[in-house]
Amino acid sequence: MSLPAIAITKLVKRFGDSTVLQDIDLEIPEGKVSCLIGPSGSGKSTLLRCLAFLEEPTSGMITINGEALGFFEAPNGKRERLPPAQIRAVRAKTGMVFQQFNLWPHMTALGNVSEALKTVHKLPKGEAEARALAQLRKVGLENRANHYPSQLSGGQQQRVAIARALALEPKIMLFDEPTSALDPELTGEVLNVMRDLAAEGMTMVVVTHEIGFAATVAHQISFLDHGRLLFSGPPSEIFAKPRHPRLDQFLDTYLDRGASMLA
Amino acid sequence: MIFNPQIILEKLPEIGSGLLVTLILWLVGIAGGVAVGFLVATARRFGGRAINLGLGALVEVLRGTPFLIQVFLLYYGGPFVGLMLDPIPCGLIALTVYAAAYYSEIFRAGYAAVPPGHVEAAECLGLSRLQAIRRVQIPEMALIVLPPAVNLAVILLKESAVLSIITVPELTATVSAIGSQQYAFLEAIFVLAVIYWAIVEATGRLGRVAENRLSRLRTANA
Ligand SMILES: Nc1ncnc2c1ncn2[C@@H]1O[C@H](COP(=O)(O)OP(=O)(O)OP(=O)(O)O)[C@@H](O)[C@H]1O
Ligand SMILES: [Mg+2]
Repeated sequence: MSLPAIAITKLVKRFGDSTVLQDIDLEIPEGKVSCLIGPSGSGKSTLLRCLAFLEEPTSGMITINGEALGFFEAPNGKRERLPPAQIRAVRAKTGMVFQQFNLWPHMTALGNVSEALKTVHKLPKGEAEARALAQLRKVGLENRANHYPSQLSGGQQQRVAIARALALEPKIMLFDEPTSALDPELTGEVLNVMRDLAAEGMTMVVVTHEIGFAATVAHQISFLDHGRLLFSGPPSEIFAKPRHPRLDQFLDTYLDRGASMLA
Repeated sequence: MIFNPQIILEKLPEIGSGLLVTLILWLVGIAGGVAVGFLVATARRFGGRAINLGLGALVEVLRGTPFLIQVFLLYYGGPFVGLMLDPIPCGLIALTVYAAAYYSEIFRAGYAAVPPGHVEAAECLGLSRLQAIRRVQIPEMALIVLPPAVNLAVILLKESAVLSIITVPELTATVSAIGSQQYAFLEAIFVLAVIYWAIVEATGRLGRVAENRLSRLRTANA
């Protein structure tokens, strides 16, 4: 079996006294789509943010393509922080897409997508913008390159945000409820971009309430509940009856979100 | 007694020179206040806890005391610590310091209003902390603070009249002196009100134009 894209072992995350993630063990396969589902507050975002190193795990290990993220376990069992340059290098393997898009409002679509190419990768402006434009073309927004975020619909903004992450050629894309802030009629265009990406073989970790998307696109679905990973497996297994009672309960509350097809 | 502002307006050249002094005090006060206020807010935001608390205390003292008292302290108290200032430089310094304290608070609130997610996005894309500050946080903050910054500029114009009491030859001092000479105090005050109001009105309009022009650079939704 090939190396997993992401390996999470015994991951624990606490905020003060509250334990938000408990002993998470999970392998994300390379080139596949992995969906994280679970009730609100179960820790999905926190887990994803740990993968992006926006949150530092309290304990446990995360490796990305076999390389430790943020911390490594020294031979004496103690956890040590890796040097910043190395953290940066491992983080660069992932791209993150947020629920709220988080586009920079003072830059055009093209500016948003080319920014890191210029400031981080030090590409000349022309080259950075050519590459940015190619990414915008990929998400179908070439003709909106000079629009500011405020001049774009939510779906368009999220597609720009996806292009912005893709421009840095990450190995893995992380999505945190990418369509939850969108009007229902705009979710389709974002999900289509994500389907295309999946079809190209991008490794994707998607936190989503779009059960329909998860059931049809995901290779692996993981169910989080109260900070614990209850189970994980291919959709055919997970959604097959009899289901885990917690999943059944959860699905009941999402019948209106495309889960009805599974009922 | 007849109300006749004409008496005042006959002294146009003097009024002009008073107006010029007021405009210079005001514009320099704004420029200095914005510059120092920006540095203070930026140091407080990114410079660690000690700097934040120290500068915060200083700002609170400046915001917690009347401008009039600050001007008196600097002008009459200064010589006791070897700081002999002529009225105009003294007024300039007082106004700048006062403006800086308030601008720093506006910028501080502006920084706090930049959505943290915008900074996280920068971080995920590999921008360094400094690059995120320069490319994301400062420009977004600047756009957020435009309306309150213009508002403060208007307040500063009006506060600059306080400097008349340390004999700075600005608009209020000049025009009320004319009023006393001509026994037309009420007319003088009336003329003053009209001039200040005209500048405030023009400033407000300029601010609104700028705001409209820049509105598309703001976040569309939360
Ligand atoms: N920075 C933080 N400080 C303290 N508690 C936090 C913090 N971030 C998250 N939490 C808590 O951790 C728990 C899990 O939050 P998280 O956002 O990961 O849930 P989620 O599964 O993504 O929920 P949702 O579906 O509503 O997005 C919640 O109880 C939340 O209140
Ligand atoms: Mg969440």
